[in-house]
Amino acid sequence: MTDAVQLLVGTRKGAWILKSDAARQAWRVQGPMFLGQIINHFRADPRDPKVMLMAASTGHLGPTILRSTDGGGTWTEAKAPPAFPKGDKLGRAVNHSFWLEPGHASEPGVWWAGTSPPGLFRSADGGDSWESIAGLNEHPMVAQWLPPDGGTPDGSILNQVVVDPRDARHMYLATCSAGVLETHDQGQTWAPLNKNVRCDFLPDPYPEFGQDSHYIALAPSNPDRLWQQNHCGIYRLDRPGDTWARIGEAMPREIGDIGFTIVPHPKCAETAYVFPMDGTEVWPRVSPGGRPAVYRTTDAGQSWTRQDRGFPAEQGWFTVKRQAMCGDGHDPFGLYLGTTGGEIWMSGDEGESFRQIAAHLPEIYSVVAAPL
Amino acid sequence: MVRVLIPSQLSSYTAGATRVEAAGASVDAVLRDLDRQFPGLRFRVVDEQDRVRKHMRLFVGQDETRSVARPLAEGDELLIPGRSAAVRSSARAPP
Repeated sequence: MTDAVQLLVGTRKGAWILKSDAARQAWRVQGPMFLGQIINHFRADPRDPKVMLMAASTGHLGPTILRSTDGGGTWTEAKAPPAFPKGDKLGRAVNHSFWLEPGHASEPGVWWAGTSPPGLFRSADGGDSWESIAGLNEHPMVAQWLPPDGGTPDGSILNQVVVDPRDARHMYLATCSAGVLETHDQGQTWAPLNKNVRCDFLPDPYPEFGQDSHYIALAPSNPDRLWQQNHCGIYRLDRPGDTWARIGEAMPREIGDIGFTIVPHPKCAETAYVFPMDGTEVWPRVSPGGRPAVYRTTDAGQSWTRQDRGFPAEQGWFTVKRQAMCGDGHDPFGLYLGTTGGEIWMSGDEGESFRQIAAHLPEIYSVVAAPL
Repeated sequence: MVRVLIPSQLSSYTAGATRVEAAGASVDAVLRDLDRQFPGLRFRVVDEQDRVRKHMRLFVGQDETRSVARPLAEGDELLIPGRSAAVRSSARAPP
């Protein structure tokens, strides 16, 4: 088996694929595909890697889902992209799909999508047609949990769908206005899971819901361990517990624990990586001090180590968005991040050093590693 | 039949054609006929609540409409210019 990797890159202006050699040293950049289209997420199906989906829209046109069944060689448009039911009582219409998630390994062809305004959709035919999940989209609390006009300056978003690899019925959502939501019946019923997650921007700093959960990840080697990069800090939760611990308190005070994403190590459940950004004053959301760095914990968040070798030592104002940092699952672990300045950086040594492997791309929204 | 002018943003659906024809007695009916001919086109112009998308514009001849219920008559011309698209009505085309 080769260790070659392909990176599926979604940008503000189209999609690209970067392909490595077996040593992950040399990279070829292929593209653009769908130049000018906004590609919020671009993923391959781990159950059938020739199947790929993109969440696409433009500044003018409505959203769609693009599908390939030959590894990105040819593409067709979904027959029925995610859409709220006609006559929706909140008047919602999908502005764009933000997150695409392959379903459980036991359910080939199933995909999930999170949208803006926030909505959850499911496909049972490999992304060709999508159904609205009434258990969430018509939940009695939906107007409070997921108001269509609430959320972030980029719009109100259902940020992420996570499926428990041990149980297709157990799922988590990361949302911008209800924090984390959990279901044990594949979306029929939901409950907030936000205990002890701070919410600096509401009168009650620890509400039942209202948090802005930027990103959550299950540790692959222990899916009972959840990592979260929240708008207000870095957290860890060990199930069946329901109270998050703010592990970002151990970050250096001058760096803080604000960011968009968190990447767990594929084999070590004690290890995870974050890319901190400046959350002071008006929240510039760039590398603190103009000195980009990844921070790694190897003790479940009790301490963090700065990893900046290879990054600019000064005047490096990186922003890395929610879907734009990932790992490849190889040994040693490869770590990748894409910036809003159109650069892609990688580490082939578990974060000890980084190097730039692409530049001059449009604003990067997502970077996903897949086997080649 | 209604003549329909297609903007560059949607020409991938019409195999590059910028002028097509569709049948229907309203904007909605014409868009649905267009979608039968060019699957997927309608949803990129009109959302699932039948609202013209925020940055799309529809003109019947010289008159802009935001309602898909707008009646159309035989020989009308429907323009679908995206705000940044260059689509010229045949009625306004230079000689």
